[in-house]
Amino acid sequence: MTILTFTLILLLGAYLAGLAGSLTGLGGGVVVIPLLTLFFHVDIRYAIGAALVASIATSSGSASAYVKEGITNIRLGMFLEIATTAGAVMGAVLAIYTPVNIVAILFGVTLIFSAAMTLRKKHEGALTEGSKLSYTLKLNSSYPTPEGVVDYKLKNIGGGFSIMTLAGMLSGLLGIGSGALKVLAMDSAMRVPFRVSTTTSNFMVGVTAAASAVVYLQRGYIDPGIAFPVIIGVLAGAFTGSKLLMKLDVKLLKIIFSIAITIIAINMIYNGFNHKF
Amino acid sequence: MKHKEIKRVTDYDMQQLIGQVLRYGVLISGAIAIIGGIWYLYQQGSGLPAYTEFHGEGKGFTSLTGIIQGLGNGNATEIIQLGVVILIATPIIRIVFSLVAFIFEKDRLYVFITLIVLSIILFSTFGGLSL
Repeated sequence: MTILTFTLILLLGAYLAGLAGSLTGLGGGVVVIPLLTLFFHVDIRYAIGAALVASIATSSGSASAYVKEGITNIRLGMFLEIATTAGAVMGAVLAIYTPVNIVAILFGVTLIFSAAMTLRKKHEGALTEGSKLSYTLKLNSSYPTPEGVVDYKLKNIGGGFSIMTLAGMLSGLLGIGSGALKVLAMDSAMRVPFRVSTTTSNFMVGVTAAASAVVYLQRGYIDPGIAFPVIIGVLAGAFTGSKLLMKLDVKLLKIIFSIAITIIAINMIYNGFNHKF
Repeated sequence: MKHKEIKRVTDYDMQQLIGQVLRYGVLISGAIAIIGGIWYLYQQGSGLPAYTEFHGEGKGFTSLTGIIQGLGNGNATEIIQLGVVILIATPIIRIVFSLVAFIFEKDRLYVFITLIVLSIILFSTFGGLSL
């Protein structure tokens, strides 16, 4: 296989990764790592570098639209980014001491968890009474819906902050956006309405990934020959996904995608245990 | 009155500004990646990819000075790497813009919170964590 064929197949794969990532809300990174390691037999460290780049591309690309519509809670995102960026830096440091096969196993476990989270029912309703800290930190806000502007209040800020630190660590260690854990923190712990938690999570992924990408770039994990088809493919895929999202019923798609990534995850875990990385 | 003009900066303005920063960052880095990528394929497309073993990238790809030097020599790979750097910088620039917006909004609490996030990222960039 020449560099040209490698690039073209990777471009197509990255396009599908961006498409699936934006339709299911999991982001581009989760598909990029197995694609590179299992299919192309690329070393997982290069794959992590590429996944970080993919995460920043999808996050920034779609966040620009959501932020302008006023759905994203910028203050909440900013506050929780303290937790995710600090976690990401810890994860990037931890990565030096973690053997690659352990990284692969952890990745597989995270993937299965993400698949389960995609299918879980989310909280739709908004709380009318928030915790004391939510007022102090000015985290309560409102967002536009077809039925008009809805106000919401938050609770359990400490719990959400803790899960976010963990999400940041996993993101720094594995190179993924860990959107599933971010939504868990906001949805289950803090009771942020679904639309707000997904868009705010997506908004935070870029900053979280950037916090560890600066380390990985200097460590030589980001290769230009892999990075450019990934950036272009994922961006184009995410763009198509955001257009399709309005017209498609994503329920069935989410189930198919969850089954697919669970199989991939088992494959990653199996190879990890057999030291095939 | 100067005071009144400062007050007019609202969350809405910040949302529009941040949206624009993210959009242009992604568009610029994507465009540079396409230009560098086509040139790279023209130069090395018939070669063989070697990614099964991890070697780590050389100085030309891992530091800004290295990338700029490579650009001077017209290297396609360094052009792509410049696109990557702009992509990584986009969310960081977004934080700087939020900081400015919070200063104009006179939201001291969030100026402080934004400064913490910015310091963590700057520490990550210049803290010598790459070893």
